[in-house]
Formats: sequence, C-alpha cells, structure tokens
Amino acid sequence: MAETTYLEAIRQALFEEMDRDPTVLLMGEDVGVYGGAFKVSAGLLERFGWERVIDTPISETGIVGAAVGMSYAGLRPVVEMQFIDFIACCFNQITNIAAKSHYLWGAPVPIVLRGPCGGGVHGGPFHSANPEMYFVHTPGLKVVCPATAYDAKGMLKSAIRDNNPVLFFEHKFLYRRIKEDLPEGDFAVPIGKAIVRREGRDLTIVSYAAMLHTSLEAAAQLEREGIAAEVIDLRTLLPLDRETILASIAKTNKLLVVHEDTRTGGIAGEIAAVVTESAFEDLDGPIRRVTSLDTPVPYAETLENYFLPDVAKVVAAARELAHY
Amino acid sequence: MASTLTREQHLEMYYFLRLNRELEDQMVRLFRQNKILGGLYSSRGQEAISVGTAYALGPDDWIAPMIRNIGALLVRGFKPRDVLTQHMGRFTSPTQGKDGTSHFGDLKVRHVVAPTSVLGDLIPVMTGIAMAGRYLGQKIVAMTWIGDGGTSTGAFHEGLNLAASQKAPLVLIVENNQWAYSTPVERQAPLRNLADRAKAYGIESAIVDGNDVIAVERATREAVGHARAGKGPVLIEAKTMRMEGHAQHDSADYVPKQMRELWKQRDPLDRYEKFLTQNKLWDAKTKKEIYARITAEIQADVEFAENSPLPPAELAAQGVYCEGCHTLEADWKRPKEEVMPPKSSVKAEWRMTAPEEPLATVKTAQADSAAKSRHGVAEAKTGTRSKSAGKASGNRSGVKVRR
Repeated sequence: MAETTYLEAIRQALFEEMDRDPTVLLMGEDVGVYGGAFKVSAGLLERFGWERVIDTPISETGIVGAAVGMSYAGLRPVVEMQFIDFIACCFNQITNIAAKSHYLWGAPVPIVLRGPCGGGVHGGPFHSANPEMYFVHTPGLKVVCPATAYDAKGMLKSAIRDNNPVLFFEHKFLYRRIKEDLPEGDFAVPIGKAIVRREGRDLTIVSYAAMLHTSLEAAAQLEREGIAAEVIDLRTLLPLDRETILASIAKTNKLLVVHEDTRTGGIAGEIAAVVTESAFEDLDGPIRRVTSLDTPVPYAETLENYFLPDVAKVVAAARELAHY
Repeated sequence: MASTLTREQHLEMYYFLRLNRELEDQMVRLFRQNKILGGLYSSRGQEAISVGTAYALGPDDWIAPMIRNIGALLVRGFKPRDVLTQHMGRFTSPTQGKDGTSHFGDLKVRHVVAPTSVLGDLIPVMTGIAMAGRYLGQKIVAMTWIGDGGTSTGAFHEGLNLAASQKAPLVLIVENNQWAYSTPVERQAPLRNLADRAKAYGIESAIVDGNDVIAVERATREAVGHARAGKGPVLIEAKTMRMEGHAQHDSADYVPKQMRELWKQRDPLDRYEKFLTQNKLWDAKTKKEIYARITAEIQADVEFAENSPLPPAELAAQGVYCEGCHTLEADWKRPKEEVMPPKSSVKAEWRMTAPEEPLATVKTAQADSAAKSRHGVAEAKTGTRSKSAGKASGNRSGVKVRR
C-alpha cells in the first residue's frame, strides 16, 4: 500500500467521516471549488455537493458562530481556518460561546475547528502561529496537535465524533514532509491520550507536533552519546494526559519539554507544575525546556531558524540535563 | 390597528405582556430585598417587542433572546419560576445556578438558544441554525434580537452578511431602545434608521413602532413568512425606549427628563389595553381574571424559588465537557440520500457570467439607485416605511441629543 502523507491522512478522514455521517459538513474560506489553500479538502465538493462543502465569506466569527448554531441543530460541522493565525478573529465565539455552552446550559457543541499552524516554512508572522495555549487555558475546549499521519487521521475522526468543540492544529511543516503506511478501514485515535514514541531511562523529552520529530532526531543523536532519552508525544494538550508523563518521570527522573510555541505560558510551564506537584520526589534534576523565543515568528531564514527550536538545541539541553 | 389574530390570541398576547411586566416588577422587589444575586436588567417599555416578535413564530422555529427579552422566553413556554430561580442562583433553575439572569435555553423542546452577554455573537449562531434547518429539510426560521448598540459589533456584520450571502431563513430584530448603557444611538451610527444597515447586505428590512404589539407581531409574521419561503433574511428595526437604567444599579441620569416623559405616553401595555377595550376584545371581568391568574402564578413561583435549595458546591467542578450525558440527533425532514453520494455529487466549478454593464464612475447615491434596478431589489423595503409594518416612527426619540 502506498504511503500516505499527513495532509492526505487528514483529507481521508474528512472523506470517510462525511461518507459515514450526513450530519458532517465542511465550511471555510476557499474550501470548495478551490479545495482549500493547502488542498486538504480537494475533491470534497465534487463528492458531497454545495450543501455540505460551503465556501464562505471571509468571516471567521461568522463561520465559527454558524458552526456553533449548526451543532445546536444536530449537525457536526468542521470549520477550516485558512491559516490558524486567523483563529484570533473568532476568539470570542470559541471561548465565550462554544466553550461555555455545555457547562452553562447543557448544550453540547460538537464542532471541529481545524487549520494549518506552525513555522519552519517562512510563512512570516501572520502565517506561522502556534496559538494552542490561548485555548488550552479555556475550559470546555479540547486541543489536539497530531504529529503523525496515523494520528492526524485517527484523531480527526475522534474529533468529529466528539460531542465537544475540538481545535485541531495541523502542523503545516508536516503536511507533505512525513508519510507512513496507514491501515485499511476505519480507525480512530482517542483524544486525551499521550504516547511514548521512544523508550529510554536517562531522561524524558515531552513534545508534540513538528517538534516531536525534532525531539526524536535529537534522541537518536543522544543515543550515540550513550544517553537514552524517552520521548513522549502529547498528541492532545487539553485535556492533558498527566499519567503518561508522570509514569515516565518515575522511570527517568528527569524532564525536558520541547515545544515550538513561545516560551512564556507554553505547555511546558503547565507540565512543570504538574510534575513538581505530583512527582517532586521523583525528580533528580531541574525541569528544562526548549521552546521558541518570546517574539512573533520572524520571516527571514536566519531569524526564523534562530527563533525555532532545533535538534542541536534539544541535544544540548538534554545532554546537560542527563549529566546533571 | 386591524389584526388577523383571534380574540383568544389577542388576550394571550396581553397575558404575556402583563406577565412580563409583573414578573420584572416582582424581581425589582426581590432585588431590593437582596434576594437576587447579581444584576437585574429591565425591559420596561420594550415588552411589546419581546412578546410580539416571539408570538409570530411557529413551535419549531428557533430563538436566541437577549437579556431584555424575558417576554420572549415566556411566550416560548418558560415559566416565571425559571426566570426567578435563575436570578436567585438556585439549584432548581434551568442552569442549576451555573448562570444567572435570563441566560438559559432549551435545545430539544422550546428551541431557545441561551442569551450571552457578548453582543452580536448570537447572530452568526442563529444563522447557523437557519442553515442547518434548511439542510435538514425543516421549514424553520431562526430569530434573534440585537440592540442599537449591538449593531456596531463585528459579529453583527459577519453574522448578517453570512446569512444574506447564504439566503438563510433568519429574522433579526434590531431593538432600538435609544440607549446602549449610557450612550445614545446617535453615537452608534449616524443613521436616522438603523434599518438602513440592511441595505449593506442586500436584504429586506422594515421599521416598526416597537411599542405597538400588534404592529410588531404583524411585521414579524410577514418577515418570518418571507424567510420561511426561502427569500432570505429580514431585518426589522423596532423603535422603542429603555425606560429604566442599564440595570438596577444605574439610575440613568444621563437620559433627558422630557425624553423619558415623552416615551411614558407611549407605554406599550397602556396602548394595548386601550386597543383591547376599543375593539371590544375584553371587558373589566376578563382583565381582572388575567391579573388574578398572573398574580397567583408569580406568587406561587416566588415561593417555589425562595424555597429552592442552592446548588451543591461541588457542582461547580462538573459539566465542563459532554461525556455522553447528551445524545445528539438531527431531526431529518428530507431523505438523507439527497446529501450523500452519488446524489450529492456535483461538478465543482462556479457558474459565472461576465457583467454586461460598462464600467463607469458614479456617485454613491446614483450607484445605489442603479444597483436597485440592476439587481431587482427595487421592491425591497429597506429604509422605507413599510405599510404592512404598522406606523413607522422614524427617529422619534423626541429629544435631540447634543453630541
């Protein structure tokens, strides 16, 4: 079987879910005739028609609001943000309307907001954001950041079937760069479960999305130095799978968190708090983090490379922590 | 003020108007006794809009009220006890104490989306319900309200523009009560009529005297028919006056005295009582019976609310996610096969024709009239006085507010 890219895996999930369930619709800017800015929805309009694949005005608040309304009426709309940076435009719909609805008046909001996030493709400061933590701070949402084609497909299916608003962050650096053999037939990957991608005993590296691959590459390099790093892929940031992290710390006693999101208020801070609260006695060294800088994502190659974490930065931090 | 409603319907509308006012008066007393937890917002003077608009809907239609639309909640079948327990933060309230005021809804039976404090955002939400209803083959209309101040929000624009571009069955009531908290409508937009905003979306609009419940009901019924027939959204500007402050804490000293006096003469309940008497739709006995029914109902529900327990504290930690506690089902009124392949499959291309008119520079007023004839919207009521919408009142705030 041919290998499937991360992007194609997402596309397959949309096709299969829309085939399975007529309440699933796709809305967004240029998602229909054009097939989406990254062609994630290419072919969907041909198959499912104008009523289910809706090209909308440039109106993030309008689209997300409409998705919330559709979900009240029993549909399961998927909304594409052309770039995830634009999700800031509909912050209120997400945080005040969608996220609070079930808690306040028992009205579930089964919507999925998905779109390309992340840097490394010289998209500049308005096409490279990692805004996940704005939403991780919002009770009622689920925040998913898949790192593999398998997870991208399986978790998008879970997101569509979930009764809660799910923000699905697709790392655009991964769209066409990673691929794998996917099993035939329907499969779903649960939301809220992290996974150990590589076993090790010397330290734990917790990461997600594109930085998972950077962390795995760093771990391979560290192995050549005799350092065995365990690598955890969070996959879901909200709700956070504390158990998988704590179990690993109990084994390795050291923690490094790697994320592409900016430093202050990144998920590393929350994970550090969880580990010091629940496993302080297990720690044999300070919790370290490798993150991007506390700046907007810069455009020029030298600047963006300096801004982003990379294998060398992860290796250096891991080595220091291992020898602590 | 001729009307097609039956005598029973006329009296039922009166019942809701009077219940709305008496319930709010009762809540003011409870507020002064410190029995209401947070803010208390009054709809005095605006009851005809809440009741008249909601009354024009069918049972399967959807509404998303605002804070001052308690009357619409009552028409939709909620009881005074729902409103009272909400304001008092009791476990028996529709949100079990998780939210207050009239912030509650019901997806399954009454088709009410809970109001929120963020203005304008339920316009896109109701647009989505309207789109979903059409998709599912239901013949429903979605209706929501917005104040004069709320028309300044981005969500108002995005929601209405999306509804218009989708030709969604949405009816939007712009409840122009002259004041957004302390800011007069003149500071929201330099428009004589907020209904003019509809022009920007190419949709129908009407202006109605918001203190005339018959006119409001009729204008809404017409708009609902238009939307239900698939002809697109309608905006109705209902002109009225907020007779109290923004909430109980606000004495509204910024409202010119003569403005308030003038609007007092237009009280919607006084006017409707006169209408009922003049048209011999009731007598003193009927009126007394309605009053007695309302008094008893409110008294019983105040008692119920006051005797209701507070929510158990640990409830605060529950219900963030739906974890299978709700089952979600779409109410299909058309064959699903229509939206599934192969029936759903289409050729994915735009069908466009190049415009025939030569490009020209025209002044905007000319452009506007040219557009009317070109796009066939000349019959639209936008910004004009609609005969069927009752006597339009223009910007009759009665007082020139100095900038």
